[in-house]
Amino acid sequence: MNDPILEMRGVSKSFFGIKALRAVDLTVYAGEIHALMGENGAGKSTLMKILSGAYRPDPGGEIRIEGHPVRIEGPLGGRAAGISIIYQELSLAPNLSVAENIYLGREISRSGLLARGEMREGVGPILKRLGADFLPSTLVAHLSMGQRQLVEIARALHARSKILIMDEPTTALSAGESARLFALIRQLRAEGLAIIYISHRMDEVYALGDRVTVLRDGRLVGSLDKPDIRADTIVRLMVGRDVSSFYKKDHDPDAGRGHPVLAAIDMADGQRVRGCSLTVHAGEVIGMAGLIGAGRTELAHLIIGALPKTSGRLELEGHPVEIRNPGEALEAGIAYLTEDRKALGLFLDMSCLDNINLAVLGRDAKLGWFLDRDKARERADRAFAGLSIRAANVGVPAGGLSGGNQQKLLLSRLLAIGPKVLILDEPTRGVDVGAKSEIYSIIDNLAKAGTAILVISSDLPEIIGICDRVVVMRAGHIAGEVRRGPNSPLAQEDIMALATGMEHLDA
Amino acid sequence: MPDNGAAEVQSAPTTTNGAAAETKRQRVRMLISALGMLPVLLILCIGFHFLSEGRFFTGQNLGIVLQQAAVNTVLAAGMTFVILTGGIDLSVGSILAAAAMAGLTLSKLPELGVLWLPAALLTGLVFGVVNGALIALLRLPPFIVTLGSLTAVRGLARLLGADTTVFNPSIPYAFIGNGSLTLVPGVASIPWLSVIALLVILVSWLVLRRTVLGVHIYAVGGNESAARLAGIKVWGVLIFVYGISGLFAGLGGAMQAARLYAANGLQLGQSYELDAITAVILGGTSFVGGIGSIWGTLVGALIIAVLSNGLILVGVSDIWQYVIKGLVIIGAVALDRYRLQGSART
Repeated sequence: MNDPILEMRGVSKSFFGIKALRAVDLTVYAGEIHALMGENGAGKSTLMKILSGAYRPDPGGEIRIEGHPVRIEGPLGGRAAGISIIYQELSLAPNLSVAENIYLGREISRSGLLARGEMREGVGPILKRLGADFLPSTLVAHLSMGQRQLVEIARALHARSKILIMDEPTTALSAGESARLFALIRQLRAEGLAIIYISHRMDEVYALGDRVTVLRDGRLVGSLDKPDIRADTIVRLMVGRDVSSFYKKDHDPDAGRGHPVLAAIDMADGQRVRGCSLTVHAGEVIGMAGLIGAGRTELAHLIIGALPKTSGRLELEGHPVEIRNPGEALEAGIAYLTEDRKALGLFLDMSCLDNINLAVLGRDAKLGWFLDRDKARERADRAFAGLSIRAANVGVPAGGLSGGNQQKLLLSRLLAIGPKVLILDEPTRGVDVGAKSEIYSIIDNLAKAGTAILVISSDLPEIIGICDRVVVMRAGHIAGEVRRGPNSPLAQEDIMALATGMEHLDA
Repeated sequence: MPDNGAAEVQSAPTTTNGAAAETKRQRVRMLISALGMLPVLLILCIGFHFLSEGRFFTGQNLGIVLQQAAVNTVLAAGMTFVILTGGIDLSVGSILAAAAMAGLTLSKLPELGVLWLPAALLTGLVFGVVNGALIALLRLPPFIVTLGSLTAVRGLARLLGADTTVFNPSIPYAFIGNGSLTLVPGVASIPWLSVIALLVILVSWLVLRRTVLGVHIYAVGGNESAARLAGIKVWGVLIFVYGISGLFAGLGGAMQAARLYAANGLQLGQSYELDAITAVILGGTSFVGGIGSIWGTLVGALIIAVLSNGLILVGVSDIWQYVIKGLVIIGAVALDRYRLQGSART
């Protein structure tokens, strides 16, 4: 291989005596996709912030770019050194045009006036090279998430960056958009860029990574070359021990033949959900797969009454129920875990205790109005112990917890009502490996206890790992169901075929 | 001590030394955030005491301060509920005037005179609930709705008295406005206006911190979408907070009417909403909603009253009082920003 484009030697960073990064050596070559993995808090973002210039490393380490030692300082330092970062939450101004975003901070002006025409022409070739299907004058607000990502990449190319760091770029993308992004990343690799790709998702790392580097507790614990990139090797490095059964499924897989708990019949909202019916039985875990935009979240919202439905009815344990709002769903024992815990789930300024108890405050109240503080405290303590939520104490604000702990916090609010049906929408999104496997075993235990569980997930290995059968949605309706054979597991190919509509081609 | 969850933190067990240090740091931060503007209030009091050559800390002067703070405290308590949900109520001054006018007009009727007090409260409550219904059910922005009722209710207040001042020198319950509750005969007494204000604060604290509704108010302010998904009836919470704000404005109107034996629909309560909002913000309640405490509001209202009183004692001209008050508000909020830096959401 050629000479390294980026070399980090013994780079450390400590905050107030706590080592966030310990003597990390990282070598990245031009024309490679270098996957960076690690649990939340392993030091990935610290490393990135050092490369972008947001943090200054401790003295002693060295960073070389194309063989020359560099000092990356200030927010523009990274870009000056040829490094561009595309963050998980994109940093575009939606009220400006594509061209204006690409030129942001380096606008061309002619005698003090913005040269808009010139800027539009300037970005044209780059957009063309990326295969963009939008104009430089389009407002970013009108673009899809996938298109916005293209704008971010265009901005990096426009700045003549040689190293592109992408932080979980597919989080907000649909499967189709992700596939296009992957093709583009490979194209950029072929053009000689070095790409550092940060992701929690194994399938992406298999698909893209030429090499994988794993961080744990601020240390670089290992690098794997292409032939060695396998789930077991990566997980072992990340967790530091063997994970024999990452996905836990001890509950009875034949529970699906038990009594039906929730039946949703012919649900529709007139736009994105068109006549969906499904039944969940006691003690079974059903997966709901589909591309982003297939209407899975909308169907869940229809079931719990968060969206108005144009048709459809629900039966709970054989009896018809009318659910008009999420409050009534909770009273009926149907709990829904949102896919967006920060925007739609948690109260980040409120204590963990309040977050856990929120759904049962009325039920627990004394004289119908007054808080039962002892009961609330007990419940929160039990949730902390039972779900191993890690925080200083139940009184700290929920916003200070890590992603995995926040997810468990939200889950414990739902479990407090003792749900008969649990609908989990992307239960492990943005959650580290350790917490993932904890959440899987919580789901497994709930199924064992007889809860009917519906898991909406875009992570196919996860669905296959924890579910008994899989319902697949496509374009607003149920495209079909995938069951396991007598001796064969659920097949990823069957699910993808239903999700994308390929099964008609086979037939 | 102000209730801010500090007690929970102190009683929590700690696991390791690192966690203990972290908890200690959190405790200090909690304490600072709980005390809020209290040190500022104390410094102002002591400062004015010396600058006025010892005329501030006298029984008589403190009585005046408490009495002057009373009506604003009541309005600010209602405003706290509203701002905690992330809203604003600009109409409290007008509602206060309308309630006072309605009460005084009724008090002059011989048979119904004693009902003037509940009538004033009811007037306030009705206007508040109308505000709340427009905001909660029609999903109109609170700023616009209450800006509209600021004007409309002011007009109604003038109509009520045919645009004149209504007098009633023999209004029932006049003791509310001018009497004092004797604590130790001949030694200490406290104006009834202040007693009412304190009761309002206590009731507000009880509702906000000890009832289910209180947690729901904080939840709606913290994250309205999440509150809706968590099964909270957001519309009910919104109608309640604007209803409470209206009710407290009605109470403020009754307090003013009893104090002055008179009300004028045009002049009474002009720009009171600004003082109420100032007290809430000085008290550390976040404009975004979801963060704040009623004790902070009490301190904020007292700071405003102490400033007015102290500046007069020191002999600062009326014009400069405006300038100084304005600067204090901006300075206090700047301080607040600094102390909220540790919050999860800034």
